[in-house]
Amino acid sequence: MKKKLVIIGAGMASGRMLEHLFDAAPDLYDVTLFNEEPRGNYNRLMLSPVLSGEKTYEEIVTHDADWYEAHGVTCRFGEPVVRIDREAKVVRTNQGSAEYDALVIATGSAPFIIPVVGKELPGVVTYRDLEDTNAMIEAGVAGKDTVVIGGGLLGLEAAAGMAARGANVTVIHLMGHLMERQLDPAAGYLLRKDLESRGIKVHCEGATKAILGHERAEAVLLEDGTVYPADLVCMAVGIRPETRIAVDAKLEVERGITVDDSMRTTDPSIFALGECVEHRQQLFGLVAPLYDQAKVLAKTLQGEAAEFRPVQTATKLKVTGCDLFSAGDFAEGEGREDIVFRDPGRGIYKRLVLEDNRIIGIVMYGDTADGNWFYGLLKDGTDVSEMRDTLIFGPAFQGGGAPDPMAAVAALPPEAEICGCNGVCKGQIVQAVQGGAVTLDAVRAQTKASGSCGTCTGLVEQVMQFTLGDDFAASAPSGMCGCTDHSHEDVRRLIKSMGLKSIPAVMQELGWKTPGGCHSCRPALNFYLLAEWPTEYQDDRQSRFVNERNHANIQKDGTYSVVPRMWGGVTTPAELRAIADAADKYDVPMVKVTGGQRIDLLGVRKEDLPHMWADLNKAGLVSGHAYSKGLRTVKTCVGKDFCRFGTQDSTGLGIRLEKLLWGSWTPHKVKLGISGCPRNCAEATCKDVGVVCVDSGYNISVAGAAGMEVKETEHLASTPSEDEAVEIITAFIQLYRENAKYLDRPYKWVAKVGLDWVKQRVVDDLAGRQALVERFELSQSVYRKDPWAEHSTDRERAKWAPMADLTLEAAE
Amino acid sequence: MSQFVDIGALEDIPVQGARLVRTAQGCVAVFRTADDRVFALDDRCPHKGGPLSEGIVHGTSVTCPLHNWVFDMNTGAAQGADEGQVGTYPARVEGGRVLLDASALPRRSAA
Repeated sequence: MKKKLVIIGAGMASGRMLEHLFDAAPDLYDVTLFNEEPRGNYNRLMLSPVLSGEKTYEEIVTHDADWYEAHGVTCRFGEPVVRIDREAKVVRTNQGSAEYDALVIATGSAPFIIPVVGKELPGVVTYRDLEDTNAMIEAGVAGKDTVVIGGGLLGLEAAAGMAARGANVTVIHLMGHLMERQLDPAAGYLLRKDLESRGIKVHCEGATKAILGHERAEAVLLEDGTVYPADLVCMAVGIRPETRIAVDAKLEVERGITVDDSMRTTDPSIFALGECVEHRQQLFGLVAPLYDQAKVLAKTLQGEAAEFRPVQTATKLKVTGCDLFSAGDFAEGEGREDIVFRDPGRGIYKRLVLEDNRIIGIVMYGDTADGNWFYGLLKDGTDVSEMRDTLIFGPAFQGGGAPDPMAAVAALPPEAEICGCNGVCKGQIVQAVQGGAVTLDAVRAQTKASGSCGTCTGLVEQVMQFTLGDDFAASAPSGMCGCTDHSHEDVRRLIKSMGLKSIPAVMQELGWKTPGGCHSCRPALNFYLLAEWPTEYQDDRQSRFVNERNHANIQKDGTYSVVPRMWGGVTTPAELRAIADAADKYDVPMVKVTGGQRIDLLGVRKEDLPHMWADLNKAGLVSGHAYSKGLRTVKTCVGKDFCRFGTQDSTGLGIRLEKLLWGSWTPHKVKLGISGCPRNCAEATCKDVGVVCVDSGYNISVAGAAGMEVKETEHLASTPSEDEAVEIITAFIQLYRENAKYLDRPYKWVAKVGLDWVKQRVVDDLAGRQALVERFELSQSVYRKDPWAEHSTDRERAKWAPMADLTLEAAE
Repeated sequence: MSQFVDIGALEDIPVQGARLVRTAQGCVAVFRTADDRVFALDDRCPHKGGPLSEGIVHGTSVTCPLHNWVFDMNTGAAQGADEGQVGTYPARVEGGRVLLDASALPRRSAA
């Protein structure tokens, strides 16, 4: 007969323990799982992306109903256990009871509520589980004042999540700098600066005195007298182990439920794991040691000997754009030395703390790529005296080798930890890949690497790439969307080799699983087809996203914005008058100057669009394609005609390029900048293509970015000839059109194929360059035209208005 | 009682596209699928009010242009993880003309 195992708490630790148990001994126990939350095990680490809206609850479920059923687990969710009867070996709830042979307490932790006046007011929440997260989402924080009390890991994730939803967030932190347990003051300062640049206010050394409000929370009062208005107050000052049930059962409880090395409490039939336990005077909050506990307890429950030995864990913050890494001890002390690297311009800070020639502490901010390598040295206690001079530059610089992005991963020993959450080392990933797991999903399923917080996904992919070599790129991509298993790259290749010339042909021949595709694959297919067959393929307007279909940018209220082209940012009084007249005639609520040196008319009704375009066309203005995955703007400075520093005619070159490139469709938008001297007033070095003029000619650089990511361009070529500069740029854009995946900006594409590969084709191979330019010209013979003119003819205009007006009929 | 009204020719609606019909209580979007069926839905996504008529039509579904919620045009129900519902109205094609059941349209309250 099977023994009865009862578990109180369906969190991540007990979930992991069950996975180990079912893997090793599926028939040993009948399992009954109680949970106070009305649901099973989900990935709590992923609550911050749920809060910010990047993920949904369904995406973070670890064990669904099918999983529990398949393993024969009796789920009693939403039914809290109220008492343990140790004599009778029974747990009781308000609805019933359950007998056990072995009992596991996995009640986790509860948020710590600071005892101030007003703490029980509506509008004061904690941030611990899905209910808390949903409460914050439902409170509709957009535009509201929100105060987060606590500037630790949890508090900052809550703050960033709410800021992403549009709240005005203030973080109040008791200590002198943020995350003081993981960061030193210098890194704390950089983190604070990053958060402030996203509009999050930070108040350090702030002690909360009271939460003010009558019916509900209205403001937070600090000891120093500062008052912050607050529609919502989130307390995230810390957690304490949830031990009440164990205390009532007279088990030994200190700060947490006391367990021995085998995770057993003072009752031999009762075990505990997770955030509710205390092991050798230590509490645990990070996921990695909890997973270690799960492994140990699964063994203990099978009657095998196992010992829990906590190890050092590293911390990463799961806030997009804040890159930090911390491990070990970094307090200053006698006999300790620091190696510090700072790059203030890029906001990078790295500090290693050494003692007896060994790394004992790591704090990194801004660039954490080498974090795992340092962490490996810390854990192994490696003597670093030999490499001390170059240690801070990371593994790529040890032994004087050239910096190669793969070198860091290649240099890692097999036992180096890659996934901190799940304790997966490089060797296990390599083994899984060699055993046939060639996709990220397969590696995740087999090893769990990158399956929890996901911050090591890039690293896992690098290990796969290193193991698979050239096979990686070919085998890794999954289907371009749910409609097909073919990757973007495959579809492109097959469109060409099979001569597929329409969307229905692609869907038919490549076995699309849906009748008409979806909003994700249709625009991509439309682009691939028109790029491959410019003169034969008929652009499918209904497969375009609304902005490209309507040649204007849709706004949140369903109106549109209209941006006429201003070649190289140059305009005339007549054009400005036409724009002003159009703004008056169509009651445009806002006229705004854009970052791309043009003028935006915002809030235009759809039915007015063709009429406004016709008016603008009369003044010689054409579409600026401010809405397209295509050429957007060519930003210029005034150049040598006016500027005393100008070295070349940058404005003229900008206009020439814009007149050449406009109307072309590309995988994503393309922006150019042309500066007349190295002072770079056109900010050319963060564009997709940038030209910086010098006395001797033109420096062309490509693959910059200034959006969610910021990246400087990389040098492609220099030439004394304007004609050659134009040719190289045209060839670069055509190469991008022919090869990049839809929705990859040039910087992403160049990172994939390598700048050298690009250089070879558009700089070194003159015949190849010429052929690229010719193919671009062929395509432009179709697409270099004003879409506004086509859609504002008398015949077309009617299609922009409603087809019928039933206002009267419906009222009768 | 049904009261089908002629709102225009089928060819006035682009294949895999939509046109609007103005009513007393906001616009109704009339969609045409690749196989020439028509569906009439409220032109307002329950999420953030996006104009569904501007969405990409695929099969008998439409994707809201603002945040990619997908609706089944047969039922008006949001698909996948999103929860929401838009109103649907009986519509059909007869002899190349699109007919919409005006009796089902939201009415202005009697003055």
